[in-house]
Amino acid sequence: MIGIIDYGMGNLHSVQNACTHLGLESLISENPEQLRKCDKLILPGVGAFGDLMKNLKKTGLDQFVLDEVGKNKKPMLGICLGMQALFESSEENGHQLGLGFLKGEVIPMKGYDIRIPEIGWNDLVIRSSHPLKDKLSANPFAYYDHSYFVSGFDPDDLIAYSQYGPYLVPGIVGRDNVVGTQFHPEKSGKDGLKILEWFAKEFNNDHSSSN
Amino acid sequence: MLTKRIIPCLDVRDGKVVKGINFVGIKEVGDPVELAAEYDRQGADELIFLDITATSDDRNTMVDMVERTAKQVFIPFTVGGGIRSIEDIRKMLLAGADKVSLNSSALKNPDLIRQGAEMFGSQCIVLAVDAKKREDGTGWDAYLAGGRINTHKDVIEWVKEAEKLGAGEILLTSMDADGTLQGFDLELTQAVRNAVNVPVIASGGCGKLEDFYDVLKEDTADAALAASLFHYGTLSVGEVKDYLKEKGIHAR
Repeated sequence: MIGIIDYGMGNLHSVQNACTHLGLESLISENPEQLRKCDKLILPGVGAFGDLMKNLKKTGLDQFVLDEVGKNKKPMLGICLGMQALFESSEENGHQLGLGFLKGEVIPMKGYDIRIPEIGWNDLVIRSSHPLKDKLSANPFAYYDHSYFVSGFDPDDLIAYSQYGPYLVPGIVGRDNVVGTQFHPEKSGKDGLKILEWFAKEFNNDHSSSN
Repeated sequence: MLTKRIIPCLDVRDGKVVKGINFVGIKEVGDPVELAAEYDRQGADELIFLDITATSDDRNTMVDMVERTAKQVFIPFTVGGGIRSIEDIRKMLLAGADKVSLNSSALKNPDLIRQGAEMFGSQCIVLAVDAKKREDGTGWDAYLAGGRINTHKDVIEWVKEAEKLGAGEILLTSMDADGTLQGFDLELTQAVRNAVNVPVIASGGCGKLEDFYDVLKEDTADAALAASLFHYGTLSVGEVKDYLKEKGIHAR
C-alpha cells in the first residue's frame, strides 16, 4: 500500500490516478496512523514552499515524516514541491527550512534568456549506472512546471537531470530511502509512469517492511 | 533542453467535444476522454479543454469530465471557460486538471489571477487573451466574452500586468488570424513574448505544417495550439512533431 500524504495542497488525485492505472494500491490520508501502515509514502506538491511546510507543521505531519522516513527509514518519493521539501532550505518567499533529508537548497531560476516558470517537456539525462536507465525509453522526456530548483546538492544524490538554459536542473535525486522528482512523473506519459512503478515495486525494498 | 509544445484544444459542450472529428472509430461528437487518449497517443504535449457554454449549470458536467479524463490521461491538461472564482479553480484542480485558463473573469477582476497564483501556484494559472488589432494599427485590444466585447485594454499592457499578478503562462489567440488558416499572427505573438518572461502559447490561424514552424522557430512562441486542424484530421499531432524535428526544432 502506498500512502499519499494529504496536507491540504497538491495534486493528490493525479498521483493516485496514476497509481491506480498501474495497478498499485494507494490511499490518500492526513492521518499518521493510517500512513504508518503503508509500505511506502508519496509527498506530492504544488504551490509555494512556505505553505507546504506550514501545512505540514499545522497537521503534525512534519514530525510524522521526520520519524517515519528519517528514523524508521520508510521509503518516500517527493514530487515537484514535495521533492524540494526533502532538502535543507528554500529561498521561496524568504528563507524557510525544509525536511533536511538531502543536502542542498531551493533557489529561484533567474535570467532573461529563459522563460520562467519552466513549463514543458525536457530531456531527462539519467546516470548510466542507475537501474532506471534501462527501464525508460532511449531518449526520455519529463514534464516540468517550476520556477525554483535545487542547488548545492551532493553530486552523489543526483540520479537524473535536465538542462534548462544555464541551469542543470536536478530531475531525480535520491539517497537511501528517500527519492524525489522535480518533474511530475504522473504527468510525464509512459516514462513517468515507469518511474512511479519503479518507486512502488523496486525502490529501496529492503527497508519497506522494517516495521 | 526544453521542447516546443504542440497543444490540441478541445471545445466541450455538455460534457462532449464538439466540432467534427475525423479520427477512425470515434464519432463526430466525441467523448473527451477517448479523444484525449487519442491525442496522447499521437504525441500531444498537453491538452486544453474549453467549456464553450460555460454556464453554471454545466459546471458539474465539466467537473465529471475532468475527473474521467484525469483517470486515463497522464499528460498535463488545462481547463478553461467559465472559471470565475477561486472556488471554480479549486474544483477543477481537485478534479484533476493541472491548470486553469482565465479570460473574461480575469479582465473583469484581475485580482483573481493574484489570488489564484497565491493559493495554487503560478504554474497552474494560464491567462487566455483574445487579441484584435486596433483599426488605427497602433496595437491590439483585449476582448472578452468569447471575442464579443472590446475592453479597449491594450494587450501588451494587460499581459505585463497579468505576469506581475502571477499568471504563469499566456495563451494568446489572435482574433484576426483565427479561422483564416493563413498562419499564426507572428507580429502579435512576438510582441507579447517580448513583453513578458513567462511562456507564450500561440493560437489562431494555423492551416499547414509550415505555420507551426514559423511560430515555434527561434524565440517566437513556446507552444502552439490548434483545434480544427487536428479535429478534422487535416494533420495529426505526430505529423506536426515529425515535421518540426526534421526542421531542427526540439520537440518530443
